[in-house]
Amino acid sequence: MATMVQAVRLALHVGETKLGVTDIFGEDVGPPLGGVFTATQGLRTAWNSPLDERGIVGAAMGLAMAGQKPVAEIQFCDYAFNTIDLLKLAGNTLWSSNGDWNVPLVLMTPVGAGIHGSLYHSHSLDAQATRIPGWKIVMPSNPRDAYGLMLSAIQDPNPVMVLIPKALMRVKAAGPDEMIPGEPDDARALGKMIDAPIGQREGWEPEWPETALEFVPIGAAKTVRRGEHVTVVTYGRMVGVAKRAADVLSREDIDVELIDLRSLHPYDWPAIAESVSRTGRAVFVNEDTEITNFGEHLIRRCVEELWDSLRAPPILEAGKHLPGVGLAEPLEAATIPGLGSVTDAIRRCVRQPDRRMGTSRPRRDFAFTWTGEAPVGPFDAYERAFRHR
Amino acid sequence: MHERMVEARSLEERLIRMQRGGDGYFWIGGPGEEAFNVALGLLAKKGQGLDHDYLHLHYRSSATLLAMGADPVDALRQMKSVATDPYSGGRNFCGHYSKREWNVAPITSPIEVQYATAIGTAIAQKRAGGEGITIVQGGDAGTAEGDFASCLVWASRPGFELPMLIIVTNNGWGISTPGHEQHGEQRIADRGKAFGIRTATIDGNDAESAYRGLEDAMRYVRRERKPFLLEAYVSRLYGHSSSSGSNYVESEIDCVTEIEKKLVARGLRTSDECDSLRNEYEQFLLEAAKTVSLEPKPEPASVWEHVFADRDIVGEGARKVPHDNRLWKAPSCTFPTTKASKNGNAS
Ligand SMILES: Cc1ncc(C[n+]2csc(CCOP(=O)(O)OP(=O)(O)O)c2C)c(N)n1
Repeated sequence: MATMVQAVRLALHVGETKLGVTDIFGEDVGPPLGGVFTATQGLRTAWNSPLDERGIVGAAMGLAMAGQKPVAEIQFCDYAFNTIDLLKLAGNTLWSSNGDWNVPLVLMTPVGAGIHGSLYHSHSLDAQATRIPGWKIVMPSNPRDAYGLMLSAIQDPNPVMVLIPKALMRVKAAGPDEMIPGEPDDARALGKMIDAPIGQREGWEPEWPETALEFVPIGAAKTVRRGEHVTVVTYGRMVGVAKRAADVLSREDIDVELIDLRSLHPYDWPAIAESVSRTGRAVFVNEDTEITNFGEHLIRRCVEELWDSLRAPPILEAGKHLPGVGLAEPLEAATIPGLGSVTDAIRRCVRQPDRRMGTSRPRRDFAFTWTGEAPVGPFDAYERAFRHR
Repeated sequence: MHERMVEARSLEERLIRMQRGGDGYFWIGGPGEEAFNVALGLLAKKGQGLDHDYLHLHYRSSATLLAMGADPVDALRQMKSVATDPYSGGRNFCGHYSKREWNVAPITSPIEVQYATAIGTAIAQKRAGGEGITIVQGGDAGTAEGDFASCLVWASRPGFELPMLIIVTNNGWGISTPGHEQHGEQRIADRGKAFGIRTATIDGNDAESAYRGLEDAMRYVRRERKPFLLEAYVSRLYGHSSSSGSNYVESEIDCVTEIEKKLVARGLRTSDECDSLRNEYEQFLLEAAKTVSLEPKPEPASVWEHVFADRDIVGEGARKVPHDNRLWKAPSCTFPTTKASKNGNAS
């Protein structure tokens, strides 16, 4: 049973043996350490770069141009900010050259808070990343998706950013669903095979299990939990938090539908639209700061395109717009969404009176027909239950 | 060489006139750099892939492209931003070329980013061995950017020196800021010394010195598979760009006049021959500009083309539109066995 960091490593191993990866590089990525999170330990094509993020992104672009298949790492996304201009360049190369040059590179980087990382190991990159057209952006929430998304990123002919939630690096699969086909189910057995022994790494060779080529398509969300009262759209570390919030709320008879977006761009609009138009309520959750947040874009699109089926204003539960995430626990908790705030946000959304009930128009006037489904009416069981609260 | 230089100069002057006449929004180019840039184009090992040279140029490089065999009319098309502009489909400024067929990386507006990208093609060529090298070129003021430092650091790591010809064309200016206000080192090339990189400074206005200087530097990089930092002093004959007026600067050395003086003195050309060559190109480009101005502008819907290289994009967030997929070949679906690829890839 792999952790997310082991899943990434397994995917990179498959990448370099079966998908043509030629270079896995970045700061401390090569031996002896194999990355500060050990995501690249034991890999044949892993090497250490100079401590130069711009050089790393530039080199990845050049390698891609030279027909290689590079996977570059920015040690923490917090240090990707001085590369924004090169990231922009990677995103616009195909377009600006009228289709002449594509740069099929993978950039992976740990993102987000939850490890008591203080100001510079807690940043999120979602808003910045999705602001750079031409990139595909993915963010897994569990080891199996990390594995499958990484394989897809490697195979993709475009620049792809794999944002890996720092706090999930050492988290094991929650159950058999989140396991990689082919990995040993005993976590200790897997560790013995692919984790370098601490201290004495010389001469050590990993023993790779034969894992399946299981791709998670880029752009396809996953509905983690079906529900009828409210849609929660999230990704990365917040998926687990939202799952727990849904458990809490189920005891209050609130039935949450939970979508793990997995890809931030292209994102699975049909999945969001289908769900939100059915439940009529939506909460978007992520860790990035709330002003000009990626969730805001999704809310805008819901309001513009799904207005008739919305029962209540969509809600964004995101990080506070502060210059950083403080080190002390109470400061971190006051900055980043957690179980309490996510639960509250969903509850708040659900308790908003149904705006469609004030209308005297017959219900078919505001019926929404998404993909030809039956019109959604206001007087379902859930509505009746909540009118009296 | 002389003929290509004349062609390049005529092209730039035509582009300036087009911009002034409303047939283009902005002009930037390399009049004054022809001697050096033509030599570079002639010496580059042209072609696609690792065995050929990769060129990471800047916006003053039309003479290099012409010397490699580019059609000058395509440059007019980019100036006019018509749909037939092969380099950017009407999306980018003049002088912003891209030619994968010849390993010419897309030329960008941000100063000096090419020095970072060049690292990657050079790493691939280091590993591949062979004769192909990476050539990167930019201006003097831009060497203040971090990407230039990145390039020196990555190119000179002991045991993994990169086969890179790092060129700085020093025209003494960064838009309106003189070189001496920008940096304190005597010669920019000296910066290479701290990294153990072999360096040279040459007179880029003199066709012969430019050609020889480049030839020597390239021979070293090709054979030794190590970097070379070459600083060439050149003129900036029409100012920085159309935003600074694009007027001829009398006080600067004109490399075309210089080569013509030499050719005449050595009896290789008469000045009449030089004049008529110039007239021919001017006439040809004038006619070509007229034709180009009748070519269609890009369709508005073409903004959606080439956002991504693949056709089948899952997820509607991408606002997928069908587009030409001719350049990307999807990896084959049959994967080599672990054993075969173990032998295939060296790290
Ligand atoms: C990163 C960046 N900063 C600023 C500019 C604006 N700019 C365009 S050209 C230029 C001067 C460049 O001077 P130099 O590097 O000497 O090259 P030259 O144009 O003289 O050949 C500047 C500042 C830019 N294009 N990119």
